[in-house]
Amino acid sequence: MLSTLIVALIKIVLALAGLMTAAAYLVLVERRFAAWVQDRRGPNRVGVPLTRIRLFGLGQPIADGVKFIFKAEFTPGHVDKLMFFVAPLTIFIAAAAVFAVIPFGSVLPQDFLPAGWGVSEPIRLVAAPGIDVGMIYVFAVGSIAVYGVVLGGWASNNKYSFLGGLRSGAQLISYELPLGLGILGVVLWTGSLRLDAIIARQAVGGAWNCVLQPLGFLIFAVAACAEATRLPFDLPETEQELVGGYHTEYSGIKLMMYLVAEFLHMITASFLIVILFLGGWHFWGITGSGEAVTWPVALLRVAVLLAKVLGVILFFMLARWSWPRFRFDQLMALGWKVLIPLGLVNVVVVAAWAEFGPALAARWGISDPLGLGLAGGAALLLCWLVVAASDPTRVDNSPRRRVVTPDQDVEEIFN
Amino acid sequence: MHPQDDRIRWIKSPKLGVAGRSYLPLFVQGLTTTLRHLLGRKLTVESPEERHEIPDPLIYRGVHRLNRDAQGRIKCVACFLCATACPAHCIDIVAAESPWPDREKYPQSFTIDELRCIFCGMCEEACPVDAIELTSLYDLSGKSREEMIFDKEKLLSVYDQTKDAEPMRSARA
Repeated sequence: MLSTLIVALIKIVLALAGLMTAAAYLVLVERRFAAWVQDRRGPNRVGVPLTRIRLFGLGQPIADGVKFIFKAEFTPGHVDKLMFFVAPLTIFIAAAAVFAVIPFGSVLPQDFLPAGWGVSEPIRLVAAPGIDVGMIYVFAVGSIAVYGVVLGGWASNNKYSFLGGLRSGAQLISYELPLGLGILGVVLWTGSLRLDAIIARQAVGGAWNCVLQPLGFLIFAVAACAEATRLPFDLPETEQELVGGYHTEYSGIKLMMYLVAEFLHMITASFLIVILFLGGWHFWGITGSGEAVTWPVALLRVAVLLAKVLGVILFFMLARWSWPRFRFDQLMALGWKVLIPLGLVNVVVVAAWAEFGPALAARWGISDPLGLGLAGGAALLLCWLVVAASDPTRVDNSPRRRVVTPDQDVEEIFN
Repeated sequence: MHPQDDRIRWIKSPKLGVAGRSYLPLFVQGLTTTLRHLLGRKLTVESPEERHEIPDPLIYRGVHRLNRDAQGRIKCVACFLCATACPAHCIDIVAAESPWPDREKYPQSFTIDELRCIFCGMCEEACPVDAIELTSLYDLSGKSREEMIFDKEKLLSVYDQTKDAEPMRSARA
């Protein structure tokens, strides 16, 4: 019992420390990446503090953190003090708590401690192992982030912050639906809500869900990008042209909590994309697929998972500079008119295959996953063509009727 | 302006084909552009270890200098043309009777507020005796506002510093 507790505590500390460090260094990666895309070099000077060693700018996160902590933390007089304090805490805690069920590897062999220490089975690399409703937990806790955003805007007691909070709330709530629909297909196919079971299914079958359900993968990836409020979906912040949004009034360490939470959301989104659709820790030929692992394989699985996550994060960062931001009506049109219907199509295809697929596959002489892959690919192609042909996100802004001016006779215009 | 005004031209957005509306070509286009820049040559230099390559230092508009003549005297004749031409009013000259026989006046003090200066080069254009010129030194800095007000000695020392690399205009071919 005690050993379980100790192991859990060690995992929590490792996960949290790793996450905070990762978030800090991802800020640096983001800045370097942005610089490179813009033909600049980016922050490359800060190295070991108080020395002249530069280390490619690896000391920058320390400097950024110190700067944020020592910055004046100004609380405007007109805010709702309690809510103003609670809002960044909410979003930060919610963003960190999601990681309780997200595996950051497969399992570790139990032989690293002597037998008498009470560790009798392989240690799962997840802070809260064996939660059967893992996916639901992720969704439930992840959704609390909306409260942080809306609450922050509301507590600021400032019209622009309030509108920014509502804008973000609308976006986050809208894109939660396609996110859920994307997950539903995976859950139907796996038959479990456990994240490790979803990875195991992909590892054993050898076919990743992104191939089996390409439509679901695309929808989930786009919706996850929007949920993490990354460009081209960064309407909540819109730092180039609008007032900052819900965190306009925040400064100092409270603002840092918001910003770190944003990065944690991106990390969560990348973890979920990798776990649900890109095979988690599985890679053909090198990681195996079973539960019984040796040390090298166990570490390799962690490395593969983290490499995939980093790849997805780098793609997010590249996407930021590749495509212009959506207008708000386009954002809503994409969410409601494109992603949700397509998500439903994906669920129907997967559900239909789960019901009739095995029989059909046996009759046609193909394997079950191959059949789903073919059906999913056909659905993707068809849906893409339908969307391209109907163009539901297009909005015509030109005047469609005559405009009445004060000096014009209304009768004259309508006759 | 009224929306029905004849002078307004309503431009229809270009009609995309199915390929364009499928978003795929545009997606790839955006991604290749960023990837090209990501891996491409960086345009910034590592200042201060590396310096910007200034294409032609003779026409660059950096810090001012006051030129000296062949005897090492200040060339300025305190005619006030530069101070008059200056749109930022950053030049302040106090004229005095010249101790030398070849001119009537010389500047007893000549100060330029480098913080007010907009580096337009009008002083250089206005000067009839090629006494004031702009050099290619671009990274001037100081610890106080007072330090950034350059007096005659400072401006002459800029000349001493740059005369070899950038000969004054009247000395050029």
